Amino acid sequence: MTAEVRFQAIHHRFGTFTALHRVDLTIAPGEFIVLLGPSGCGKTTLLSILGGFVTPTQGKVLINGKDMTHVPPRGRPTTTMFQDYALFPHMSLRDNVAFGLRMRGVAKTPRRDRAQEMLDMVGLGDKAERRPHELSGGQRQRVALARALAVSPDVLLLDEPLGALDLKLRRQMQDELKAIQRRVGTTFVHVTHDQEEAMAVADRIVVMNQGRIEHCGTPEEVYLHPASLFSAGFMGEMNRIPVTAKGMGADSPLGALPLPVASGGGVLCLRPENIGFAGELALGPARLVDTGFFGTHHRCHFAPLSAPDLRLVAHLPQGAVLEPGREVQLYASNPVILPHEAAA
Amino acid sequence: MSIEQTERRQGAALVAPALLWTVAFFVLPFAAMIWMSLSHLEGREVVSGPGIGNYLRIFTEPSLLRGIRVSLEITAIVTVLSVILAWPLAWIIATRVPPKWRRLALMLAVLPFWTSYVVRSYSWTLVLGENGIVMQGLIQLGLLEQPLQIMATRTATIIGFVHFFVMLLTLTIYSNLVQLSPNYARAAEDLGASRWQVIRLVILPLTLPGVMTGAFLTFVLCIGDYITPQILGGNSELTLPQLIMLQLGRRGDYPMASALAVVLMVLVTLAYAACARWLKMERV
Amino acid sequence: MRILSWAYLVLLFLFILLPVGALVVFSFQDGRLPVPPFKGFTLEWYAKVIADRDLMAALWNSFLVAFGSSALALVLGFLAASGLARVALPGSVLLRGLLIAPMTVSYLIIALGLLQVFNAVGVRPSLLSTGIGHVVINLPLCFSIIYAAMGEHQRNALRAARDLGAREWQVLALISAPMLAPALAAAFFLSVTFSWDEFIIAFLLTRFDVTLPVEIWSMLRSGLSPATNAIGSLVFLVSVAVVVTLEFTLFRKSRS
Repeated sequence: MTAEVRFQAIHHRFGTFTALHRVDLTIAPGEFIVLLGPSGCGKTTLLSILGGFVTPTQGKVLINGKDMTHVPPRGRPTTTMFQDYALFPHMSLRDNVAFGLRMRGVAKTPRRDRAQEMLDMVGLGDKAERRPHELSGGQRQRVALARALAVSPDVLLLDEPLGALDLKLRRQMQDELKAIQRRVGTTFVHVTHDQEEAMAVADRIVVMNQGRIEHCGTPEEVYLHPASLFSAGFMGEMNRIPVTAKGMGADSPLGALPLPVASGGGVLCLRPENIGFAGELALGPARLVDTGFFGTHHRCHFAPLSAPDLRLVAHLPQGAVLEPGREVQLYASNPVILPHEAAA
Repeated sequence: MSIEQTERRQGAALVAPALLWTVAFFVLPFAAMIWMSLSHLEGREVVSGPGIGNYLRIFTEPSLLRGIRVSLEITAIVTVLSVILAWPLAWIIATRVPPKWRRLALMLAVLPFWTSYVVRSYSWTLVLGENGIVMQGLIQLGLLEQPLQIMATRTATIIGFVHFFVMLLTLTIYSNLVQLSPNYARAAEDLGASRWQVIRLVILPLTLPGVMTGAFLTFVLCIGDYITPQILGGNSELTLPQLIMLQLGRRGDYPMASALAVVLMVLVTLAYAACARWLKMERV
Repeated sequence: MRILSWAYLVLLFLFILLPVGALVVFSFQDGRLPVPPFKGFTLEWYAKVIADRDLMAALWNSFLVAFGSSALALVLGFLAASGLARVALPGSVLLRGLLIAPMTVSYLIIALGLLQVFNAVGVRPSLLSTGIGHVVINLPLCFSIIYAAMGEHQRNALRAARDLGAREWQVLALISAPMLAPALAAAFFLSVTFSWDEFIIAFLLTRFDVTLPVEIWSMLRSGLSPATNAIGSLVFLVSVAVVVTLEFTLFRKSRS
């Protein structure tokens, strides 16, 4: 089952520290949304408020239109998948998964059947009698997922669930999470600090910083058209070139550029993969300072001739022939100009 | 000599003093005691064994058998009662008391530890005696006409023991509880469990290994204690340690005392065997 | 449930603290018996206790035995832990078990064993024999605590020291011991606490010079008296003061 989630003017303080500043967010039913940001940005607090473990200082939480702000976790149509999985060590996997159903008064046989069904769905059906300590980290995580989904919640909350797994396992689990979410149609709210993970699974990404939402959009939107400098820098590596308004275009250390800039000036943001030997924006001549081979691309540092102290990072394709010291003409695509970061 | 051999030599030299001490002042006396238990007393002289005369006497003489039975009964009651009283106390301090006050609450709960064990047992005579606080208080309140005789009975011994072990168990259960990840309770609550269900189905089972360890410790300390029964229990029912001291003091019957001590050891070992399977639980 | 919890807490605190309360309150009893009614406030019993030479001697003896036996147990335990942690000696599991064994045995049994052996060899009961017994019970404790504190990074530091030319005793004294200072302190403190309060070994292995618990025991023979309350309260209040000071000094250290 699924539901819409609405955060209205959520404001939360821990003592003198403000964790969330009047946050508004609407999550569509069946959406896989990711709260993304560095530690301390408030994403986990927001998740806890949704789960009912924290009551916000101000504001309302609505699930399917009903005000759930003061309802304890027990009474909400949400379940949480915890970072340390919190599987009950003294129960078998089947009893773990069946726990929520038992709390809802489901009789023994139907709930054991349903638990078995869920374990089959995550590929652990043959291990139903085992105890959690007998499983690997990735397997425990699947059990935690099965347990959370067994009660058919409207909203599933995931608190950095993949943090403890190694890279390969993490990628695999990301795909599985996405597939399961599509299959059951539940609204998933996922918290992480890993922007690649966010892009892998999310329908929409909510970039958060210091208790505020910086940008909310699809992975393409957030990556290609960031709304703020913070969001741009957090989503991936970024070249920053300060620009000021000059006539109809912009003035920069690289010279004049045919881009519209607000009177206050701003920062021209270029992704490394968008800099190369072709593109709609001419950056002028530059000297290759050094280069390193990263498998999928060459990571190159360029010093523009018009601004020799500036460094531009570019990702050039595998076949590119390069020697340090060579001078080339650089071009860029998808330029984004963002206002300067407000002083904290 | 190779490096490994030198290292081993040095390592052995370091361990040797402690080992020698343990052998000389623990193993040897222990062995001597077992040998003594197989000897017997004739008049004032100890006649060397080996002979199981003492053990036969223990299992046939009513006074000695009763001592064993009394010790087991009292220890069992004390262990069960102490666990039942201490668990809720530990839980309340760990979860209901505001975090700022938890340390203080814990300190208060074990404050009597800072009096010596002898003094602590003595202080119960002040409370339970006919002239003591409890009796006088109840009389003042009109609930009693005459003071009840609690001192010098089994009840007094049990109260004295429970007082000590409730404190000990509160400490051990508390440290167990605070080490549990808070997410267990949260997950259970999240899945729909009421507060009682969370305690009964999740928290309690998770603390079971710790509780069993504490209970075992209680059993061992209680059954081997001479002080509390001697101060509070009077002379009508003697416990095993009291019997041992009696054999030593009045009669100088070292062989019998040793035999009784061996019986004590066996009881403790049996208790360990019974508890052994609880003393391991995998954390996930 | 909240009211139930608080009610239970109060009830149990009452149960736990009642005897201590009675002890302290009636140590100031202006009367012969430390039982109700409370006749008046006086410090005479404290004065009596402090003037009691036997009692003060017992106090001093307790100090001696506690600190002496704990120091020895600490050294023996430290050396043994160092030896076993470094090198896989043949049968180290057995050795470890043997060193820990006395912790699992009732003090009464240890006392009885030692008493018989000392009698057989002709050693008279004394503070020394008590001290020996206390080393027996504290050695396993010191060993366990120190052994548990020896981690991998310790071992590497010791290897580095040896690599730089230090001899074995230097490694132990200059590197190992300072690195283990918290564990050593904890082991020492615990040993002193156990030895200080220990009764049955002291009771059986002393004759003329006794430790404090044994002296208090003989006071109990003569019946109830506020003097017993006084010495009991004195020990209690001093212990509490020590713990409180430790709390504050340790707290300050961890804060900074």
